[in-house]
Parts: sequence; structure tokens; C-alpha cells
Amino acid sequence: MVRYIAKRFLVSVPTLLLVVTLVFLAFQLIPGDPARMYVGVDAAQEAVEQVRRDLGLDQPVWTQYVTYMSRLARGDLGKSIYTRRSVVSELAPRFRNTLELSLAAIVFATLVGVALGTLATVKQGTGWDRLLTVLSLFGISMPVFWLGLLLTYVFSVQWHLLPSAGNETWRHFLMPTLCLSAFSLAFITRMTRSALLEVLAQDYVRTALAKGVREAVVVGWHALRNAMLPVVTVVGLRFGYMLGGAVVTEEVFAWPGLGRLLVTAVGQRDIPLVQGALLLFGAGFVLVNLLVDLVYGILDPRIRHR
Amino acid sequence: MKLLSRLSRAVWAFTRDYKLGALGGALVLLFLTVALLAPQLAPYDPDTISLRESLAGPSARHWLGQDNQGRDLLSRIIFGARMSLYISLSAIGIGAVFGVLLGMLAAYYRRLDMPIMRLMDVVLAFPGIIVALTTIAILGRSVNNVVIAIGIYHIPQFARLVHGLTLSIQETVYVEGAVASGESDFSVLTRYILPNCLASIVVQTSLLIPGAIMTAATLSFLGLGVPPPTAEWGSMLQNSLQWAQMAPHVMIIPGLALMLAVFGFNVLGDELRDAMDPRLKKR
Repeated sequence: MVRYIAKRFLVSVPTLLLVVTLVFLAFQLIPGDPARMYVGVDAAQEAVEQVRRDLGLDQPVWTQYVTYMSRLARGDLGKSIYTRRSVVSELAPRFRNTLELSLAAIVFATLVGVALGTLATVKQGTGWDRLLTVLSLFGISMPVFWLGLLLTYVFSVQWHLLPSAGNETWRHFLMPTLCLSAFSLAFITRMTRSALLEVLAQDYVRTALAKGVREAVVVGWHALRNAMLPVVTVVGLRFGYMLGGAVVTEEVFAWPGLGRLLVTAVGQRDIPLVQGALLLFGAGFVLVNLLVDLVYGILDPRIRHR
Repeated sequence: MKLLSRLSRAVWAFTRDYKLGALGGALVLLFLTVALLAPQLAPYDPDTISLRESLAGPSARHWLGQDNQGRDLLSRIIFGARMSLYISLSAIGIGAVFGVLLGMLAAYYRRLDMPIMRLMDVVLAFPGIIVALTTIAILGRSVNNVVIAIGIYHIPQFARLVHGLTLSIQETVYVEGAVASGESDFSVLTRYILPNCLASIVVQTSLLIPGAIMTAATLSFLGLGVPPPTAEWGSMLQNSLQWAQMAPHVMIIPGLALMLAVFGFNVLGDELRDAMDPRLKKR
């Protein structure tokens, strides 16, 4: 198991390095003078030159890259052009907020999705199954921001039941969580249903039923456990995407998260902040993938011995 | 003629066995018709402002009502469909052309495999919307930059597919024969490998359309996509934020259009896949 973990970890290192490099290179292409952006349009030319030297922008790209990487290794992501605070201190609280929301959403989506998927399988071919199929197709087709707007209109504007913005209390969590989890919930429902159907067709399920094990035990214990493998992949992938995909939900509900910060930073062309946020998204996704691989290894012993 | 009658029989059989898929097909057909014939179908110019009729609800003259500047919503929805179709198809086109090329090269020339496919992994490490946002940050905001932004994200999707296909097609006897008889690399790639990937590429394209439509609208909703005043569903929703409380129709209608279009493609794709999978043959 240790060897398996070490191997998976080593594979993700070059991906992470490439992510960092790509994020660095992408912003070399940006039109306009970053030093000028830093001091403002009407600053004196001398001030621009001073900033250019201070930020090392007069150096060749290669040197800038080495400086960038060595700073990064020490956890220094530079300063925001707009607020002049360090990028790390800008990102940290935002990342926490996004993580909280994404965790709430993925837990909700997984629990309800697996339950509904199991229900659809057990009731296969009945009205329940068809209803769930149609509902989940609606779920994956629903524009997140529209769902958010409709929820806000009904629960905040019309009925004054829930707050429409902010993240202070648990009541602030309800609508954003539902919104962010809608797609994943539908997706996990469908995934659970098809994985479970496949497993239920296996010989050992028939054997278990034939020797008199109750159906609930067969489905709930033997089959569901084996059907979880593809579901875990989907949950992991969806969670990785949620961290970034939360941007829309965050915009609708004024949730002070990382995605919202990114949109603002893009609008203000705050390059260091954009770079920092992107790095965090990329690193988060690579990390989640690593975790999924590890869970795989635990669930299916065959994989870690390969 | 024979082909036509066979086709119509297949469509009829599908409609009979897959009601939901047929509904999806109808929605897709409606979307395509509206998008292609927008100038003929729209009752008004989508950009004509009439401030006196600001936020007017549905009426006999304006079936879906008017927005805050009194523009006819039906006409804006119709032209919005055209914009959606243009963006999603061109973005996927860009993704397909570059993705197919990179995927084939990576699989055919083993030396290129590592660098190309690793690069694709990196792009895939980001959610589509984040890649698109970043591209817009670099290129600036315009319709064609939205196309490029969404296109870039689709390159790895095609590259992965074609990479896998090429690897397996390469092992077939007819490709070995072609190489042995001295065909050039170019000819092997274009005359033997590409045609055999084509069916999967077409399927992939149709599966990616709803996502591309959604991403385009999302970008505009975030204020980083199609710039106003161009009629586009996402930016119509963005614009509706301030007015939804007084006139909910300006928020409900564009969202409904977007959802129905995406739903149509999703349902059609889903049921078509079931219909074509012999293991899932109905009864």
C-alpha cells in the first residue's frame, strides 16, 4: 500500500509542475505593461521604471521564471495589484469559504444521489424509476445561475424565508448548497443506478439471493459496496470541479469564495491574484485526483497490486 | 429515396420506443430551426429600444413581453439561440480540429506522446469555466474570444478520445499493411486512421454541444462573455438581475430557453446512446 501511495504521489508531481509553468507562461502573453498597471495609468515614467526593476520585470523571461518558482517554493505568491496585500493572505480566507461550501454540496449530493440511485434501481421499470430519470436529466440540464435566481426569487424575495447573500449562518448555506450540488446530485443518481444494475446482474448476487439472503441485504450490502467504485470516481471528479465550478454559485449568492475573487481579479486584471487563484484551483484538483486514487486502492485491492 | 424511407422508419421506431428521446429531438430541432432562421422568424429587431414599454409583460404584440429597455424578448430569445449555436459549434470545431490533430500525432509518434498528453492533462486539471475565464482575462472580451476560450477547453477532450482510438487502430492489419507497402505517414494518418475515428468524433461533438452552450451563457452571465447589447441568453439573465423583482418574466424566459436547449441535447444524446447499445435493447 505504501508503495502504491508513493507511486501515485510521484506521478502527480510533474502534473503540478506543469500547471505552475503553464499559469506562469499564460500571463506572459497578456497585452499591456504590468508595471504600468501596478502604479496606475497617470503615474510618472520614472515610477513605472522603478516598479519594473522592483518586480524584476526588466529581467528576461527565463530569469523571471526561476525567481517565480523559487518564491513559490517559499510560499510567496506576490502581492495583489489592487489591494497591495499579499496574495496568500487574500486567498486563504476565500479558499476556506469555497471549501466549506463545496464540502457541504458534495456530501449532500453523494448521500442523496446514492439513495435516489438505489431507489431507482430497486424500483426499476416503475413510475418511480422513470420520474427519477426525468428529474436527473433536468438536474444535469439546469443552468446553475438560473436555479440560483429562481430559488432567490421564491425563498428570499417572495417568501422572505432565506437570506439571499452572505455566508454567516447555516441558513445562508441552504440555497447555495442545493444550487452547487444540483448537477452532481443528478449525475451521482444516474451513476449509482447504472453501476448498481450492472452489479446486480452478477452471478454472486444471484447466488446470494438463491441461498435465501434477504433482498435488502443483498442490495444494501453486497451490491452497493461493489457498485461504489465508479461512484467514488465521479464523486472525486465532481468535487474537484466544484471547487472551481462554485464560481457561478458564489456570484449569485454573493458568497465570498475563491471563484468570486477570481472573477473580480480578472475584471480588474490583477494578474498576481489571478495566478494565485489558478494555482490553488489546479493544485486542489490534482490533490483530489490523488485522493480518489488512494480510495480506489482501499476499495479494490487488485488495483494497488498492479 | 430508399435511404430516405429507411431513415424515416428509423426515426419513427425511435420515436415510438423512446418518447423522452423524441421530445429531446424535437427540442433540438426547434433550437436549430430558430437559430438558423432567426432573421426570418423574429417579429422585431432584437436591439430596437422602446423605453415607454419598459418591462411590459407578455401581450398580443409582444408574446414574451419586453425587457427593461422595451426590447422584444421573443426576438432576443430567437437571436440568442443563433448566438448560442454559433458559439458552441465554432468552439467545438476549434476543439475538434486541434484536438484530433494533437491526439493523432501523440499516438502515432511515440516521442510526442508524453509532452502532448501531459499538457492535455494539465488543461483538464481545471474546470472548463476556469479555463475559459482565464482565456478571457488574457484575450479580452468579445464574441470570438468566447469561442476561443471555450474551444481551448475542448481540445483535450478530443485529443484524449482520438489518442486512444489511434493507438488501437494502429494495431490493425490494414494499417500495418499500408505502412509495409510504403505509404507515407501523412497518407496513413489521413486515409486510414482519420476515417476510422470519424464516427466517434461525430458522437463526441454532439455530446459536447450542451456543455458548450451552458459555458457560453455562464461566461456572459458572469459579465465576461458576449458583450452587451448583443442578444445572448446569459447576458439577458445578467441584465435581468436588477429587474427580476418587478418583472420576473425577464428572468424566467431566458433561463427557460437555455434550460430547454441543453435539456433537449442531453435527453436526445442519452436515449440515442441507449437505442444504439445492443446490450440495452428494449424488450
